Amino acid sequence: MKKKQHITRILIYIVLLSGAVVMVFPFIWSVLTSFKNLSESLQFPPRFLPQSWSPVNYKDVWEQLPFVDFFINTVLMVLLRIIFAVLFSSMAAYAFARMQFPLKNLLFILVLMPMMVPAQIFVLPQYLFASKIQITNTVMALVLPGMASTFGIFLLRQFFMGVPDELEEAAILDGCNPGQIFVKIMLPLVKPGIVSLSIFTALFAYKDLLWPLIVNTSIEKMPLSSGLAMLQGQFTTNYPQLMAGAVVAIIPMAVLFLVFQKQFVEGIATTGSKN
Amino acid sequence: MKNKPKNWAWAYMFLAPSVILICILNLWPILQTLWFSLNDIQGFQPPKWAGLGNYITVLGNEEFAGAFKNTVVYTLVTVPAGVFLSLVTAVLLNTSIRCKGFFRICYFLPVISAPAAVAMVWRWLYNSEFGIINFLLSKLGIDGLNWIGDSKTVLLSVMIVGIWAMVGYNMVILLAGLQNIPRTFYEAAEIDGASGYKKFMYITVPLVSPTLFFVILTTTISSLQVFDHIYMMVDSTNPALKSAQSLVYLFYKYTFVQYDKGIGSAFASLLLGLVLILTCIQMYAQKKWVIYQ
Repeated sequence: MKKKQHITRILIYIVLLSGAVVMVFPFIWSVLTSFKNLSESLQFPPRFLPQSWSPVNYKDVWEQLPFVDFFINTVLMVLLRIIFAVLFSSMAAYAFARMQFPLKNLLFILVLMPMMVPAQIFVLPQYLFASKIQITNTVMALVLPGMASTFGIFLLRQFFMGVPDELEEAAILDGCNPGQIFVKIMLPLVKPGIVSLSIFTALFAYKDLLWPLIVNTSIEKMPLSSGLAMLQGQFTTNYPQLMAGAVVAIIPMAVLFLVFQKQFVEGIATTGSKN
Repeated sequence: MKNKPKNWAWAYMFLAPSVILICILNLWPILQTLWFSLNDIQGFQPPKWAGLGNYITVLGNEEFAGAFKNTVVYTLVTVPAGVFLSLVTAVLLNTSIRCKGFFRICYFLPVISAPAAVAMVWRWLYNSEFGIINFLLSKLGIDGLNWIGDSKTVLLSVMIVGIWAMVGYNMVILLAGLQNIPRTFYEAAEIDGASGYKKFMYITVPLVSPTLFFVILTTTISSLQVFDHIYMMVDSTNPALKSAQSLVYLFYKYTFVQYDKGIGSAFASLLLGLVLILTCIQMYAQKKWVIYQ
């Protein structure tokens, strides 16, 4: 019995480790390639390690494309999306979770309807709207579709519903109005939900490709995701340079993830269990 | 106490920003897209009523049939394969092993990477002449494939990346579901002499089924909308594109490259129909297998 358990454990490690290799190897290989020169990358059989670890590809892509703009646009887009999503969704979620008012159910259905619908349905009208109010090729255009988050309302509503009634009743006795209750008592209590929503919003804003591709066509107004697509258009076959660009685009989120690992994992996990 | 008309004003004030924005950005656009799909709108010309003309054009179009097939095959392969691998990984990580944090970081890396970057990395791995995958295959004595350039393998190549990119995300959600299963259930089963397989089938799967259902549903919906990897991995000049392009790819192409808004909107509306039908089927089917405590 003991021996059998031992073998099972070793098997588990082997399976998990091979999976981990499959997950991580593409990144390792792109980092290694990014430090090679072109002819070295085209050697067959390939050399595993670069001969001289030259950072010249990073310098080249950095000069070829406005990466500083890409970073600034990405950071502004992500921050503004988080601010709008957290602010507006928490307000709406609070009303849905803890207040009674006429038309509540109808409004809740209306708010949730977009969650059932593939996002492509919204894209063209949203683009026409952005053109009409003349915000295409600005950071605000990147932020626009994320300003109201139906998902955020749904997620935070679950958190607000979990707050015990007594806290609210005590605050009402103390003479707080609903605005004060919301800001002073409720918001601090749903902090884990807000962290989840922020991480979720950041991750999806950073990964979104279709919308930035459509709405911001001037290169200096692009975020990393669509900016990187431009890089591919420019150097279709210079893989060391393409890999340098890919690594530069991956690193900021990877660093954020390593720092806030626990929040990332818990944040994503709650989106599944709170439904 | 909470239901005083005085508080109604507060409630509406809390709701106003979200409701107004959702009306402008989501609800009105649904109607607009459905309306556009019934009109002929080329470029910036005024719309002309076309009735079901766009749908007839789209449904009779060979490209649509191909994209529909590609999207369905992509979904039918990546969802079961991806969810299965996520569940296996989650179950293994839920055992008493060490280095859990390390494994979690590894599996989650693809999730936090921009699809554009991921696609570029995989194009390099797939490269038919200098790619590492073909090199490793040659070491095993297998002839290299023209992964992305061949119409027989291009969809497979995209599906592999799709599965690779989703496992970590679903794993985290499933792992949270598994951790909610009380240890005592397993202890009781062990006393009764249940094997590992039996414990998995009769304790783990039923108790994690609500989470599993959530994962299957969300993965299906996102697989039906596959676009990023195809757009980045398969160039518009690639002859194999036909065998990989998805419904959303054609939606993008017709709406924003060819500016045929009517046809593009018909694509979006058909996708909406497909998603709603599959969601309804899954909602119905869940009654047969999902166990809510």
